[in-house]
Amino acid sequence: MSDTAKDLHSEYMVINMGPSHPVTHGTVKFLLTLEGETIIDMKVDIGYLHRGFEKMCENGTWEQVMPYTDRLNYVSPLINNVGYALAVEKLIGIETPQRCQYIRVIASELARISDHYTNIAASGLELGAFTAFLYFVEARELVWDLIEMLCGARVTANYVRIGGLKNDLPDGFKAKTRDVFKRCRELWADVDHLLTKNRIFIDRVRNVGIMPPKDAIAWGFTGPCLRACGIPYDVRKFHPYLVYDQMDFEVPVGEKGDNFDRYAVRMEEINQSMRIVEQALDKLPSGPINVDMPEYRWQSKEDISNRIESLIFHFKTVTEGIKPPAGEVYSAVEGANGELGFYLVSDGSGKPYKCRVRPPCFPLTAAMPKMVKGGFIADIVPTFDMINMIGGECDR
Amino acid sequence: MDANTTINKLNARFPESVTETHAYRGDDTAVVKKEDLLQICKFLRDDKELQYNFMMDLTAVDYLGREPRFEVVYHLYSLPFNRRFRIKTRVSESECSVDSIVSLWASADWFEREAYDMYGIVFNGHPELRRILLYEDFQGHPLRKDYPIKKRQPQIGPTC
Repeated sequence: MSDTAKDLHSEYMVINMGPSHPVTHGTVKFLLTLEGETIIDMKVDIGYLHRGFEKMCENGTWEQVMPYTDRLNYVSPLINNVGYALAVEKLIGIETPQRCQYIRVIASELARISDHYTNIAASGLELGAFTAFLYFVEARELVWDLIEMLCGARVTANYVRIGGLKNDLPDGFKAKTRDVFKRCRELWADVDHLLTKNRIFIDRVRNVGIMPPKDAIAWGFTGPCLRACGIPYDVRKFHPYLVYDQMDFEVPVGEKGDNFDRYAVRMEEINQSMRIVEQALDKLPSGPINVDMPEYRWQSKEDISNRIESLIFHFKTVTEGIKPPAGEVYSAVEGANGELGFYLVSDGSGKPYKCRVRPPCFPLTAAMPKMVKGGFIADIVPTFDMINMIGGECDR
Repeated sequence: MDANTTINKLNARFPESVTETHAYRGDDTAVVKKEDLLQICKFLRDDKELQYNFMMDLTAVDYLGREPRFEVVYHLYSLPFNRRFRIKTRVSESECSVDSIVSLWASADWFEREAYDMYGIVFNGHPELRRILLYEDFQGHPLRKDYPIKKRQPQIGPTC
């Protein structure tokens, strides 16, 4: 008996998981050290989607950065648009009209809903719950219909402008939203029935990937993953921007900080975001959507064709770019994964001197080894799903 | 407490180290000497009236032509007091290093690796300082202002 034990392979096995692996929705490589199925050590290798975002921004005008922000978290591009626009506006020191702020809230929340749908759908899929995936992808398509109606694009929105918006809400948006949300709520209930009390799903996610609150803070967790630990930090509540302080919504929190709590927090946030959209549509004030400052925001086509001042400003802002005063700001919004911060440095010219993004999923991905060490290799899948690493944002 | 508490406390506690402060657009900022950075960060994190328990963001800025050339920028956040603070330290090109703060905030680990990757700033005491977004054989540090935007990298990989 003892002789057979000697013959068994007992050294650790080192294997690569990724960079292209069917269960990791994102290009990332895990270098695993395994003892049987138990994870002894893990190294995370990112950067496969690095495109030099900051370098591109530094070589374009302030406005030309906007489409790049779409490609950060490409599952909720509208929030990135809003976050960047708010940061530049803070740098300039302007505030957009009320109507613009309400529409930006609507856009952000639609993006958040679609992000959470995608996350839960993909997680379900990767854990074998294919039906839930189909339901939530249908719901996401419906939300994307709304976003398409709003700005003409489904994924790369490029809707927000510095000092305003590309266009106003289209006619019939409110009625369409009501219809879409009715169907989305039915689909939400279906997925809730399929997953929340599903023994197989719970076994895969409960008590897996636990992060104690103290560690979560030290590792820089924000967003649903931090709230799953029971810490109600939400930028929308703690540093209200736009008109979030006038909205009635709750911030769901978890207890254990495991993958199930992260799932549950996201599920509830979908409902809360819908509430915010409905309130914003009800309260939507009339008025302009752009600031009346031609040196920062283009005036209407009509004005540009008919007024010489508008034409001059248009020419200047298009050829040289807008010129925020020299200085530095940090401005954060609540992205779908957590705090999405922009640190901008201006030297007073038409190009950003520095355009730094604080990607929420970057510190989350950094904590992967801590969350899965000692667990089974199969636990990587739900944990990586629930931190919702988005390559475009993590690698920039 | 007034909004400038952090700056006041820093000035009182480290009068020699804080070289500059400002609050442009409401962002409280202090520039500190890099020798005292670790000590100041520890103070900001542990002081009962400050408790900056989050290290939200860490990055660097290259002010080419200025001396010292680089600025390392830390964005801290205090959850108990719901307050943000920016701390900066200047690093010259010839002595391109600063103390690592990984021992204080685990989140600094990857952010410091990124700053090293992009700007070539060495963080002393970092447990594993290697490139993160780029590959090991990459030549130069792309976010330095003197790195040309159209520069091509040599081909890597097995040659045959």
